[in-house]
Amino acid sequence: MDYEKIGLMAGIEIHQQLDTAEKLFCHCPTTLRDVDERCGEFKRYLRATESEMGEIDRAAEEEMKKQDRIYTYYAYDTTCLVENDEEPPAPMNPEALGLSLTLAKMMGMTPVQQVHVMRKLVIDGSNTSGFQRTALVALNGILPAGARIESICLEEEAAQRVEGDTFSLDRLGIPLAEITTGPDMRTPGQVKEVAAYIGMLLRSTGRVKRGLGTIRQDVNISIRDGARVEIKGVQDLSLIDEVVRREALRQQNLVEIAGELKKRGASVGEEVVDVTDLFKDTGSSILKRAKCILAIKLCGFGGLVGKEIQPGRRLGSEMSDYAKKCGVGGLFHTDELPAYGVTAEEVKILKDRLAAGASDCVILVADTKKKSECAIGQIKKRAAMAFDGVPEETRKMLEEGSSAYMRPLPGAARMYPETDVLPVDISGEYWDSLELPELITNKEKRFAGEFGLDESLARQMAYSSKAGLFEEAVSKGVKPNLAARTIYSTIRELRRDGVSTGRIRDEEIIELLLAVERGSAAKEAIPDILRAVSTGDSVSAAMEKIAPSVSEEELSAVIAGIIEDRIDFVKEQGMRSLGPLMGVVMKEMRGRVDGKVISEVLKKELQKVL
Amino acid sequence: MSTGIEPGDRVGCTYAGKELEGFYITERDGKAVIKLDSGYNLGIDAKILTKLRTQAPRPHSAKKIEQDESLPQLSIVSTGGTIASKIDYRTGAVTSQFEADDILRAIPGLAKIGHFSAQVPATILSENMTPAIWRKLASTVCDEIKKGSRGVIVTHGTDTMAYSAAALSFMIETPVPIVFVGSQRSADRPSSDNVMNGLCSAAAAVSDLGEVSVVMHATTNDDYCAIHRGTRVRKMHTSRRDAFTTIGSDILGTVDYPSLDVKLSCSAARRKEEGTEPVLNDKLEEKVGILYFYPGMSPEVVEAFKGYRGLVVMGTGLGHTASGCIPALRSLVKDGTSVVMTSQCLNGRVCDRVYDTGRDLLNAGIIEGGDMLPEAAMVKLMWVLGNESDPDRVAELMRTNLRGELGRCTPNGL
Repeated sequence: MDYEKIGLMAGIEIHQQLDTAEKLFCHCPTTLRDVDERCGEFKRYLRATESEMGEIDRAAEEEMKKQDRIYTYYAYDTTCLVENDEEPPAPMNPEALGLSLTLAKMMGMTPVQQVHVMRKLVIDGSNTSGFQRTALVALNGILPAGARIESICLEEEAAQRVEGDTFSLDRLGIPLAEITTGPDMRTPGQVKEVAAYIGMLLRSTGRVKRGLGTIRQDVNISIRDGARVEIKGVQDLSLIDEVVRREALRQQNLVEIAGELKKRGASVGEEVVDVTDLFKDTGSSILKRAKCILAIKLCGFGGLVGKEIQPGRRLGSEMSDYAKKCGVGGLFHTDELPAYGVTAEEVKILKDRLAAGASDCVILVADTKKKSECAIGQIKKRAAMAFDGVPEETRKMLEEGSSAYMRPLPGAARMYPETDVLPVDISGEYWDSLELPELITNKEKRFAGEFGLDESLARQMAYSSKAGLFEEAVSKGVKPNLAARTIYSTIRELRRDGVSTGRIRDEEIIELLLAVERGSAAKEAIPDILRAVSTGDSVSAAMEKIAPSVSEEELSAVIAGIIEDRIDFVKEQGMRSLGPLMGVVMKEMRGRVDGKVISEVLKKELQKVL
Repeated sequence: MSTGIEPGDRVGCTYAGKELEGFYITERDGKAVIKLDSGYNLGIDAKILTKLRTQAPRPHSAKKIEQDESLPQLSIVSTGGTIASKIDYRTGAVTSQFEADDILRAIPGLAKIGHFSAQVPATILSENMTPAIWRKLASTVCDEIKKGSRGVIVTHGTDTMAYSAAALSFMIETPVPIVFVGSQRSADRPSSDNVMNGLCSAAAAVSDLGEVSVVMHATTNDDYCAIHRGTRVRKMHTSRRDAFTTIGSDILGTVDYPSLDVKLSCSAARRKEEGTEPVLNDKLEEKVGILYFYPGMSPEVVEAFKGYRGLVVMGTGLGHTASGCIPALRSLVKDGTSVVMTSQCLNGRVCDRVYDTGRDLLNAGIIEGGDMLPEAAMVKLMWVLGNESDPDRVAELMRTNLRGELGRCTPNGL
């Protein structure tokens, strides 16, 4: 696709969890919990409130359409009344503010003079209060790749949805840095590149959370005749370019559909027809069960509702997403019928009832009367939008990179000042005192140059959360290669093997590596010693158990014995027997002695008998 | 700052190498607060702001609420309008004109329960409440009942709500429910308890109840409200929704949410026959104090109440003070102060006949407060002293249950 021709514009918002000791507005730890560990639960309703400008946010209004808005929350012994929305927030966590300002400085931004915390209205249940606290901390920076960074906001993480309307409070309140770029990217590849670069910056601080779900990208995309669409929750960087490609495609198709509708003189029918009686004896179980089936005619929409607009998605899917806001399971449209147990005969009767011709499409919803009426209203709304092409929306990413409608793009009306938190002044002295961490990309170069690690190990070590440990080990006298291979590869192999490597403390790794450097343990014994340390042994106890140090006399005695047993072979082969015997001795010593030492002693012993 | 920038004006400046634009909101800690078009506020040096244009304040969206005249006539008496309040930065003002419409807009659903009239006898934070305002509140409520109100809802800040509820309990003999309600979490948040509390209070106001009560969340869930007796209720948590607790007796009933089904206990006073007039007796003696005893307290603290007509002591345990304070108390009583003993334990009954100190206190002339809550005892003492001057009659009334504030038996299990 020629992205320049279609006028692709994209920007990203990156949400990164910060690895602070405490949450953003209370003193609870930022620890995630298993839902089985919960120690209580409670239920609440949420309702849209007006902004201080006297308006109700359109996204919140949409959320209010949901009939049953009671939410359940799981509480833990690591959460408190602030997460429960039963206590005013604590002052903003200074550690989180400092970290977000450090990020701002890394991107050449200007901090705001006075930080004001806002309440961003979110009434989908993911916040007990009905809002997410957020504050703008810095403005206007630039990345080497050329993308502008518009702003950094410091926000609180939302509660994690367990299922349906049940949420877990452990995640609520973890600090998040929200980094927003300008709409400066012009190709899917650029989006990926910028996202990766920002990810690298974040990790360079060494103080961000790692692992699945700790970083989320939202992508803002539009094409020239389309509209701004925000796709939320891209967790996997490898899919981000595909998301952009598919959204560009969707917008193009919607623009084409709009043109076709206008050409056909299409219109959305006004009359809603109750067709419950038509499906009394239908083979479709959904329709047969339904208390109320309503139908509407979309004149001139025939064939377009069923047209694929991105892989796995049709215009009908978009209408269905809108209808689902009313609590219905979905819809049927005649572009896809007969199917799902609905016969051709039934379709004909249905179309006749609505006086629908071949170029028309009839849409059906089946549920209670109230929900069906609500859903038909939503379908009419979405069908009318089809004439304008692309509606401004917030969408959620689906598995393969397509997306589904979530809610309208929220406006400024969703922001309300957080009256319970005092503003924070950012002084020039404070800003100047913030130290910038070394970028991972620089660290990678240094590891390769200064320490002589090969390129891939240097890269792995620089990106690893154990880069600090590596540098410490090297500074204490461990050879860079030994340190890197142990800290990166050996530990990883052990973990894959099911060893609880998390129990091995950094000091223990250094202690062991230094022992190896001194010659009091063999390199070969490292995995076994670490294995023992992971079960609770001290390093010295593990060394004693796995590889008790061997004196040269002992070693000589063992080697002499081995030569003795194979004296004929030795006599026959002479010094050539060194190689084969080396393996035998190594096996016998099981990593208790370094190979180099063995080789020397073996040579000496061989010379004695030859 | 260029002169004449008013809240709501469009302003601009150059900051961080960018042209920023937004609405000027207010001044805060030496910085000008502006709202950007993204909705974010930030504080900025006022000197660099330029006014771009004046924004005419938009008219307050005053959609008239249709009221159903066939529903029971109810009154909302507001002492501060907290339950419906919100900041209005655009006009720089807080909603000052309180009408029934404001609260009906804030709590949709009320209009299905009754048709409302509204009165605002005071607009204050509840910590600034005074006995004088209790009297004004009592007469306003009484007038509403005389005008035919079938139930009165008093919206009140939660901090001193229990005092006001106790005060009205003594001052009004009511034929209809008088229901105090408030919210612990501000009305401007989607999770506020104002809607559920408001609807439950209205349901209690049209119920068969016939006394002064407080209706607030019973649990941290949005599941039901408890109906508390005005003389038995206490705020027991600084911030939780279910802060209000009845102490020393059972609650009067519950209001389920969202069904709004009201269940009353048999001990709750019932609504009187229609047409029964309320009786107002709003005489209060204001020179009454409350004293929290603590170990090591100097008798001078007791002496500071010299000249007071009444004093409620919150003693330790069964109702004690240090022996060293007893002479000072004796001298207060001798000079005409009625001294009532209650307990810091809150739960349970005082008994000054068990230990020597207690007997000494009785000999000094203190009145045992039974199982009365200290605050209810203080309000009661104000009312009794407002109506009686004979110390023996005062003591007798203080030992008599008047409004459910004093139990003859301490129930099991509470």
